[in-house]
Amino acid sequence: MSDPTRLVAGPFNRVEGDLEIRLDVEDGQVRAAYANSPLFRGFERILAGKDPRDALTITPRICGICSISQSAAAARALAAAQGLAPAEAGLTAAALIHGVENLADHLTHFALFFMPDFAKPAYAEEPWHARMLERFAAGRGSGVRAALEARAQLLHVMGILAGKWPHTLAIQPGGVTKAPDARDRVRILATLRAFRGYLEREVFAGPLEAFAELSDGQALESWRRGGQGGDLRLFLEAAQGVGLAQLGRGPARFMSYGAYETADGPLFARGLFVKGRRRALSLDGLVEETAHSWMLGVPAHPYGGSTVPDGEMAEPAYSWCKAPRLDGQTVEVGALARQVVDGHPLALDLAAEGADARARVVGRLLEVARSVPTLEAWTAALKPGEPYMRRGAPVSEGRGAGLVEAARGALGHWLVVERGRIANYQIVAPTTWNFSPRDAAGVPGPVEQALVGAPVRPGETTPIAVQHVVRSFDPCMVCTVH
Amino acid sequence: MAGYNVLWLQSAGCGGCTMSLLCAENPGLLETLESFGIELLWHPAVSAETGPEAAAILGAAAAGEVRLDALCVEGAIARGPNGTGRFHVLSGTGRPMLEWVRDLAAVAEDVIAVGSCAAFGGVTAAGANPSDAAGLQYDGMLEGGVLGTDFRARSGRPVINVAGCPTHPNWVTETLMLLACGGLAVADLDPYRRPRFYADHLVHHGCPRNEFYEFKASAERLSDMGCMMEHLGCVGTQAHGDCNTRPWNGEGSCTRGGYPCINCTAPEFEEPGRVFTETPKVAGVPVGLPTDMPKAWFIALASLSKAATPVRLRENAIADHIVTPPAVRDTTRR
Repeated sequence: MSDPTRLVAGPFNRVEGDLEIRLDVEDGQVRAAYANSPLFRGFERILAGKDPRDALTITPRICGICSISQSAAAARALAAAQGLAPAEAGLTAAALIHGVENLADHLTHFALFFMPDFAKPAYAEEPWHARMLERFAAGRGSGVRAALEARAQLLHVMGILAGKWPHTLAIQPGGVTKAPDARDRVRILATLRAFRGYLEREVFAGPLEAFAELSDGQALESWRRGGQGGDLRLFLEAAQGVGLAQLGRGPARFMSYGAYETADGPLFARGLFVKGRRRALSLDGLVEETAHSWMLGVPAHPYGGSTVPDGEMAEPAYSWCKAPRLDGQTVEVGALARQVVDGHPLALDLAAEGADARARVVGRLLEVARSVPTLEAWTAALKPGEPYMRRGAPVSEGRGAGLVEAARGALGHWLVVERGRIANYQIVAPTTWNFSPRDAAGVPGPVEQALVGAPVRPGETTPIAVQHVVRSFDPCMVCTVH
Repeated sequence: MAGYNVLWLQSAGCGGCTMSLLCAENPGLLETLESFGIELLWHPAVSAETGPEAAAILGAAAAGEVRLDALCVEGAIARGPNGTGRFHVLSGTGRPMLEWVRDLAAVAEDVIAVGSCAAFGGVTAAGANPSDAAGLQYDGMLEGGVLGTDFRARSGRPVINVAGCPTHPNWVTETLMLLACGGLAVADLDPYRRPRFYADHLVHHGCPRNEFYEFKASAERLSDMGCMMEHLGCVGTQAHGDCNTRPWNGEGSCTRGGYPCINCTAPEFEEPGRVFTETPKVAGVPVGLPTDMPKAWFIALASLSKAATPVRLRENAIADHIVTPPAVRDTTRR
């Protein structure tokens, strides 16, 4: 037995925002991990006292990568407080805008944030390394360039429907501000089909539908062997080579608020998945703890929560992030969680004993394969001339929750309005769940748990396995603390 | 072509200016930078280096071991709590971003504030400004900020404020390209030190609602097609930016998307003293005149044009799609 050594990993890049991971390492393995979200801005305090409508301008700016998700959550919280049901066509347009952001985010994660780690010198001896280097060398690989181009073109949908991205005011409690016309409809379809073309040519090297139909891990392996080329096969080959499926085991409790809300209900189901089955989700038992957060105040449900930073940064706290718990337990959120909760057989099989680093990436691409055809269908169903916005009266007293699914998981806004002003606004973001610090009982957050056991090679300062696990969650650190 | 070294840091902001930058097109971001020999020494979203490798790059730049042509800072700088800057300690380094930025700015040929947060404080400084955030050389409209009024980069230039929330990708790439080939002087910056190539335009220019504006045919509710100045808080006639002549994400802009311009390139846009989507009025007259417009003339012209509003505009202004198309005329007839 050697003595435990401490490693501090940071600046931890290719995640959104700044992140520090502290590791206790012993016998070539991570024994304990501590996730520190090092930036505090205090959006919940910024919002206090403002007109509730201003949340639609302020909250998207919490995050530049999930700006639409923040918009959608704020709009829904306001709508709930107003008792306003959005126009049906407006819901579809908002779902389309939201779906495009999530697609863009999944691609950004895959090509810019995650894959470049396989191109590192640490893997120079691997049979796939030369291909990774050509395709995903950070900031220059051909796959990085192709993804950036496809992403930029996909986001033309935002130019048409949302004015710009990020930071739109297009999503409102009653619908959307831009009523698409017939020409917008075909232009968006062309954009989505071009994006599908990129995916089927360069990422999946085959039809999206074929991938979306895979039923389990065995079928995934057959799919990999049964075809040639494509970035996803390259990923699966490397994942096998480095044992990614053996890394980063999560808590085996998955939560999804359901995505995307349309008149026909959510495309991906809402629920909690625990011990192998889906249950109805109740958030009554949601509490944000602060025992290891640089926050004053008591554990509370977001409706009664507070955000008072501890300027002393007193121990044992080690992060600005609060520690949300559902009925006292951690849950994992994200694309894989969404697919598990929705009951997709491939996701269920890959996550049978909890998520791992490979399953999270596959879950994201599975969601891409399932989403694009739906977005095409929604676009085709847009009806020019229908009302895209329903009017509501400003709210003077009331409260409401806005629960949506950002690319990286469940995002909730809890709004309390008194005398026409925001009396309380609390936000629990996806990475608040996934990267939460320990709670009062000392139970680590999902990523902290997932890192335990990760191998540390001699001489590594930021172990490559740790990087894989951390990035597999696609953390958004600016959202985490907000 | 000698390399032009750029180091990019993110602090108290949302990362949206980077997300927007990645939308650069024709050519894309990487090709654009390469074509001008612009090299990213390190960028949080793009670079391979993480942890100590990344910290070493920052350290080498601060020590003058690597030439730093441009320090790009995205996000405001948190000065709290109590002036320590510890609301953002750069991970893995134990040092507040406040200190890193001061050190690196001191050795940079030019310092670029990317986005309104880095320039002026922006949304991070809104409301009670809980993190005591400020811009690099402005605290709202007040000169000073984190680096102080007297700060000049090695080039002799003050901080260049590529303001916007977010920034248009090409505001950033064109600033870098101009700097890389020696084409941006102090005279090319406006009074808030925004590059004039985009700040000498108004958002009003090229707004597709201009005809509605001319005849004061106003939108009454969001999603209406009319001019949003009178009722919906739009300040496009005062806001500096070429948003409607240089579209966003292909063909968009805020006003094209059906919502008002909120003047996001300006200091203190985050605190307009009113609801963002409502126009305050005094005696029924909207507060806030179009830039460079004498008040008496504006009121006179407005009442005249309101009286002359064609039916088509009056009807379309309060609809979300064209209900009355323009008449088709034979333009060859006299």
